Amino acid sequence: MSEPVWRFKGPTKLEYLVKAGAGTVEFLEGILQKKLIGKRCPGCELVYMPPRGSCPVCVLEMTESVEVGQRGTVTTFSVIRFPFEGQVLTPPYACAHVLLDGADVPLIHVVGGDVEDVRMGMRVEAVWAEELAPTLASVRYFMPVDEPDTPYADFEAYV
Amino acid sequence: MHRPVHIAGFAQLPAVRDDGGREEAEVVRVVTTDALADAGIARSDVGFVCSGSNDYVMGRAFSFVMAVDGIGAWPPVRESHVEMDGAWALYEAFIRLQHGDVDVALVYGFGKSSLGSVDQVRTLELDPYTLAPLGIDPHALAALQARALLDSGKATERDFAEVVARARAASQGNPNVPTADAIDVDAILAAPYRRTPLRHHDCAVQTDGAAAIVLTVGGSGPRIAGLEHRIDAHQPGARDLTVSPSTRLAGEAAGATNIDVAELHAPWSHQEIILAQALGLGEGTSINPSGGALAADTPMVSGLTRIGEAAMAIRSGAKRALGHATSGPLLQHNMVCVLEAS
Repeated sequence: MSEPVWRFKGPTKLEYLVKAGAGTVEFLEGILQKKLIGKRCPGCELVYMPPRGSCPVCVLEMTESVEVGQRGTVTTFSVIRFPFEGQVLTPPYACAHVLLDGADVPLIHVVGGDVEDVRMGMRVEAVWAEELAPTLASVRYFMPVDEPDTPYADFEAYV
Repeated sequence: MHRPVHIAGFAQLPAVRDDGGREEAEVVRVVTTDALADAGIARSDVGFVCSGSNDYVMGRAFSFVMAVDGIGAWPPVRESHVEMDGAWALYEAFIRLQHGDVDVALVYGFGKSSLGSVDQVRTLELDPYTLAPLGIDPHALAALQARALLDSGKATERDFAEVVARARAASQGNPNVPTADAIDVDAILAAPYRRTPLRHHDCAVQTDGAAAIVLTVGGSGPRIAGLEHRIDAHQPGARDLTVSPSTRLAGEAAGATNIDVAELHAPWSHQEIILAQALGLGEGTSINPSGGALAADTPMVSGLTRIGEAAMAIRSGAKRALGHATSGPLLQHNMVCVLEAS
């Protein structure tokens, strides 16, 4: 009688073809030209960044593309103090909601510079990777710029 | 006593082999807008929403959350989801309407075959110890069932081919499935096997698509006279594969008698024979006038589409129609929805 089998390896792998969809393709093609392209809802006129195909409030197709600014305001943030695989910056650094000028939805990204300086209302600017790829990671991080802070009342609605 | 639930609206996106990467939210927005328009009901009057989809099919975690953008999620809505065919979302919505506080429910299912390998996903839904490691694909598994049916003497390969020929002919009139040439029984039987004893034609066309149904308490749409589901053992080796006890029990509980039109969710031709036998469908019943799931099988959508097509049959004059949905390997889990004219 053969030995009983107590364990076996069962490797599983599923492969998928990623298709970004029309709205996202435009965003990713913009990235390759160092442009940040969002979409404006024809109903509520809010600009979504990154873009979406449908406005979740108005249930309308987003038809108008809008290039938003590369500078924006930190609306809220959290400090990352531990290391993990794939980090672009060395801890400690801040993960922040960046409300880009002209957009109505904050982008989640990381902020460089002295972490002790990061604050709500701080102005930041996109820093691009040297080699651009169709991914938001082509914006490596946002760096503080020498501009007066945005008053809280001006971004309170986005917090 | 059930509150009477009616199918007030139905819509489907034409099933295609590859939709070119349409976003989930866009697909859902279009199909739910169409279903609500068909029902003549405003989105703001919907009291409950339930969807069916599967992340392994879509290759994206929480894909149903992305899709919620397509139904209008603000102000907040009562929303739920099943990781199953949209037919089971319809079941949840039917139960939800029995609570008494909500009178309109919106149900949708969406899925794609073009993003990954649905066949590999189906393999991985098998028993992880004894079956999945063998790598048996769903067509090979279906072929074992077809072989058992042949060996039992309950059907012949010509019977399979007749199911295919009828489905092909019926699908000619359905603009929502990919075009396929009509083909006669002898030509089908002359074709090579895909997985013996199943030929290419015996296996469904795998597609991308979506469907949506609007349910109302009361109203003039086809009334849900019975809605039941039953389940068999997961392990195909534990079952007699030539019969479907769960379909028979669901049909009996749902009152599936005197059916004019039956839309059966049979992704392989021989399964239509098993289902028709389990439901006791005879000469008086038109089976799969839409072409059925053989013409277009969209994962997480095909079952809901069968119920929608049954509702359309009532609109076209049938008195009693039946929509069937299946889930799991080899007709493991089966739902029967009996509809009658209001």
